[in-house]
Amino acid sequence: MGRYDRNRIFTASEMERLQASKVCVLGCGGLGGYIVEMLSRVGIGELTIVDGDVFDDTNLNRQLFATSENLGEVKVFEAKKRIAIVNPETTIEAVNAYIDSENAKTIIGDADLVVDALDSVSSRLVVQEICEELGIPFVHGAIAGWFGQVTTIFPGDRTLARLYQDKGDHGIEEELGNPSFTPAAIASIEVAEAIKVLLGKEEVLRNRILMIDLLDHEYHVIQMEN
Amino acid sequence: MKIEVRLFATFRNGRGKKVVVEMNNPTVTEVLQSIEITDEDVAILLVNGQDGRFDQVLVEGDYLSIFPPVGGG
Repeated sequence: MGRYDRNRIFTASEMERLQASKVCVLGCGGLGGYIVEMLSRVGIGELTIVDGDVFDDTNLNRQLFATSENLGEVKVFEAKKRIAIVNPETTIEAVNAYIDSENAKTIIGDADLVVDALDSVSSRLVVQEICEELGIPFVHGAIAGWFGQVTTIFPGDRTLARLYQDKGDHGIEEELGNPSFTPAAIASIEVAEAIKVLLGKEEVLRNRILMIDLLDHEYHVIQMEN
Repeated sequence: MKIEVRLFATFRNGRGKKVVVEMNNPTVTEVLQSIEITDEDVAILLVNGQDGRFDQVLVEGDYLSIFPPVGGG
């Protein structure tokens, strides 16, 4: 069948592995919309999408699933509707809640991988801890204006503690906001990382942080000492 | 002695891509203070391209790289 014909970078067994995978995407806003869409199109079998928010007009400049017709609607339910017509082969579990230390373990459950599309430091640190406890890898991404970062965290790495220790709950995005293109760029790299982790490829950003500056076109991979 | 500070993202606003500070064996914190950046403003600090510490005393030829926290989604 044609749906995955252009996924020629994957062998048949790799494709089967993706279709048998379950990925939990935390956040369904700027990053999350693109991440969910790309994971579904590439052929991930099961997605859990988690967000407690509804769409409003400030989402329209960048959030893939926000339209002028669904303002006020629950983000994860809109995502589920969209994926049902994009790729009905992807099973979607839509969780209309904000992730926290109380619900994280239940929601993430038996996922093979967690992908970060959150917008607060405190919830990311909670997720890093729960993923460590559950033994699940965690692909981190964050955006602000022209800038973004990605790293892949395996249980025990605790990379986010290094990045966000003793900092506030938000970064420079409070001042800069987020345009349409930065979430799409960072989401793409997070999805590439997610696919590589699921397929056991070694070239991931483990203990390394990719810092992207789309304004000056600078792309730095920073080695973190563990 | 001269210490070069390489700036990234919003640290460049009003400062450019790098600044050179002249101080005698300062700590990282003291260098940052001299360009009106606090330790709390910095998410990633590198000294000579490697993970650095704010209380590290710098010597001639050292350079810093600093990145602000990015947290949006």
